[in-house]
Amino acid sequence: MSSQWEAVIGLEIHTQLSTKSKIFSGAATAYGAEPNTQACAVDLGLPGVLPVLNEDAVRKAVTFGLAIDADIAPHSIFARKNYFYPDLPKGYQISQFELPIVGNGHLDIEVDGETKRIGITRAHLEEDAGKSLHEDFHGLTGIDLNRAGTPLLEIVSEPDMRSAKEAVAYMRKLHELVRYLEICDGNMQEGSFRCDANVSVRPKGHAEFGTRAEIKNINSFKFVEKAINHEIERQIDIIEGGGKVVQETRLYDANKDETRSMRSKEEANDYRYFPDPDLLPVVIEESLKAEIRATLPELPDAKKQRFIAQYGMDGESAATLTSSRELADFYEQVVTESGEAKLATNWLTGDVLGALNKAGLEIGDCPVSADRLAGLLKRVADNTISGKTAKQVFDKLWNGSETADEIIEKEGLKQITDTGAIEAIVDSVIAANPGPVEQYLSGKEKALMALVGQIMKQTQGKANPAEVNKMLIAKLKG
Amino acid sequence: MSLTANDVKKIAHLARLGIAEQDVEHYAQDLSGILDLMTKMGQLDTAGIAPMAHPLDQTQRLRADRVTETNQREHFQAIAPQTEAGLYLVPKVIE
Repeated sequence: MSSQWEAVIGLEIHTQLSTKSKIFSGAATAYGAEPNTQACAVDLGLPGVLPVLNEDAVRKAVTFGLAIDADIAPHSIFARKNYFYPDLPKGYQISQFELPIVGNGHLDIEVDGETKRIGITRAHLEEDAGKSLHEDFHGLTGIDLNRAGTPLLEIVSEPDMRSAKEAVAYMRKLHELVRYLEICDGNMQEGSFRCDANVSVRPKGHAEFGTRAEIKNINSFKFVEKAINHEIERQIDIIEGGGKVVQETRLYDANKDETRSMRSKEEANDYRYFPDPDLLPVVIEESLKAEIRATLPELPDAKKQRFIAQYGMDGESAATLTSSRELADFYEQVVTESGEAKLATNWLTGDVLGALNKAGLEIGDCPVSADRLAGLLKRVADNTISGKTAKQVFDKLWNGSETADEIIEKEGLKQITDTGAIEAIVDSVIAANPGPVEQYLSGKEKALMALVGQIMKQTQGKANPAEVNKMLIAKLKG
Repeated sequence: MSLTANDVKKIAHLARLGIAEQDVEHYAQDLSGILDLMTKMGQLDTAGIAPMAHPLDQTQRLRADRVTETNQREHFQAIAPQTEAGLYLVPKVIE
């Protein structure tokens, strides 16, 4: 971006609330069912049906509001957003316009070591639409209404972000938070977490916003950054070329790395929102807020600070280990069972995450359970095995079901702690290698390594290298 | 407040209502009359009165998050004009 321009970005994120049934009906929300087998009369908008609000959707929305320190509306109302599309059978979407359930809150992000507070304008409950399949139906469109009526929480940020990088940081932070709160599974492939970005540019230092374009449905962190950067460039090119940005909706095409116009954005009042007469005002009592607040889990920022203080780890390790609740829990279980915080930090951020990454697995699918890993770390800590041998044992833990102790026993991997046995080998190696011994004694420190190598080989790597070193030097200089 | 013929046509289009050309002027007058009444009501002093979102003085009851509906696709699709592979078929909606 040329330096006299500044981008202004706001995000609207749709999170699918992980309820069993739909927001206004008792149909299932499970992903991947046969088309239209989870679409009941309410979801189909058949005459005479009435929506009944799902308590769990309300609780999850309140949970989110409390976690971002937002105002929870004591009175909240539902509205009809009117538009015609075949995957919206009623001709309106039940959403919230005035009096959304979650008001003003905020989320802190970290970019390049700086913390920045991003305002959250509101978060409101609404129902999802169905799915249109445009391919291969002899010129017709196929409609699957399984998704119709799935509860969504639309989270609208303030236009507080100034770069694609900040937008991605905000999106990741929100993604982490909703999974911590267990209100959304965060599965982006299945559309449980979708993002629209409002992007505009203005000359640096100007207070007024430029005309914005909305980029729809960007469903991966990578694409958000690319799509926003592309859009910023496009708008700057237009303005620098003497043109004007038009307010419109654009779609990001990941294959071509460009955005293209979708349709002129309808004026907000064209949706003709009005309160839905089928639904009464929702009242959130103080007692419900207190009850939910009491069950809030430790949030990512607080957990990160605690990990730094309690386990003496650096900020980067803490950020990695608290990036998901499952990983943080796994770590703490390993520490509890092994009593080795530092070893656990190094092993988890290094070998374990490395192996998971390579295998394309999440921590929940880790073949080495927390207690089996703790069993390994205990043997490293008490010097039963060397760090190098531990890596071999880890491979065996990964590929089998035995415990570290069983593997060490079976494979004879125990370090030799019998000093007499090591001493005998040290003596024989010294006797058999007069050359290197001579070199070392004449000042060539490096020659010592050759001798240590010989000893380690004869002990099959089971001697403690530090011990061997010490004993060897003592003998040579003695 | 007064609605023009174009306003009426736009509203009719948004609601997908067909209105005969000769009726447009008539609708514009009628609807303007309603809006005038709204304007008049808007002049009333409502300070201290809580806005009403629903005429019933009650609050929303919530249902427990339980799956209570079973698959009745065949039943529903029996009255659909056209279906295939479990999908409802409709005229193509994108160009």
